Amino acid sequence: MAILDKVVKPLLSGMGITQRRLSHKKETIMYPEEKREQFPRTRWRHVLTRYESGLERCIGCSLCAGACPAKCIYVGAAENTDEARFSPGERYAARYEINMIRCIFCGYCQEACPTGAIVLRKDFELANYHREDFIYTKEMLLEPMHRD
Amino acid sequence: MPKRVETVVLHDSSTPVIGDAQRGGSVVVTSLETLVNQARAHSLWPVTFGLACCAIEMMGAAGPRFDFARFGSEAFRATPRQADVMIIAGRLSKKMAPVLRQIYDQMPEPKWVISMGACASSGGVYNNYAIVQGADQVVPVDVYVPGCPPSPDALIYGIMKLQEKIKRGRAKTMTDLRLVELNSRDIVDIETTGVAG
Repeated sequence: MAILDKVVKPLLSGMGITQRRLSHKKETIMYPEEKREQFPRTRWRHVLTRYESGLERCIGCSLCAGACPAKCIYVGAAENTDEARFSPGERYAARYEINMIRCIFCGYCQEACPTGAIVLRKDFELANYHREDFIYTKEMLLEPMHRD
Repeated sequence: MPKRVETVVLHDSSTPVIGDAQRGGSVVVTSLETLVNQARAHSLWPVTFGLACCAIEMMGAAGPRFDFARFGSEAFRATPRQADVMIIAGRLSKKMAPVLRQIYDQMPEPKWVISMGACASSGGVYNNYAIVQGADQVVPVDVYVPGCPPSPDALIYGIMKLQEKIKRGRAKTMTDLRLVELNSRDIVDIETTGVAG
């Protein structure tokens, strides 16, 4: 009887706790299959947006590069002409590069942008094998044309 | 002009399985190598190496919500002798660099390194005299995870990228499989011929 009291009863009560936990909600997010909903102000991968008309919002003013605390943005501006018009303003960004591995995703570039061209979206899957692959060029950052 | 980054399919169904005829390498070790690579990719034990704030997110990835034990990274090992992968989580100062290199050298082959976060990968905002501008100046890095700090799911994505890399690894001889620990001369040989990985 002493064994029953000292061993079997605690064992059963312990297993009871385990059984009760089994009915609880599972906390684990099964990540690659199921992605959690990101918070509304989450800042991840940058995107250069366009106007409804398809023109780029970026006017090549380099304010984002000035605001960047990590100095990871390079903007090379060029003049728009009537034949080749990329943005509504006078100038556009001929080159726009972000060193994604140095970027700290603070969102200062988004705050500094006068036209709302650069925004930080929620795509967080950025890991890669080589440092050279992290220089995101304008072609990679620019939003594709709206198609409708 | 660098190419656009292609989306890598990461589900296990798309990775090569035993008997995949498309893979190159020696006939003798093909199946064995696939088996060994699968086993290694799914039992990546990290060494505890948190250097700064990224370590908090690394702990979060090990916690119940994200739980990278699901990928075989079952336990953080406090000794490098029992670890397979080093997650450099945080800024690497120049004083810490020799320590990092020593711990890396103490890890048994095969070993991998994940550079987690902007500071470990490139220095981040700390472009100054105290911080090593990228951990790849000290140890060979396999996967870089950007972010400041990377969220646990971003780190898990990095671990999955590392698993992809391990599964793609090819061995030409039995020695390349590294089933036994090599002496240092052999390791140098492999590094110079470039077949290790």
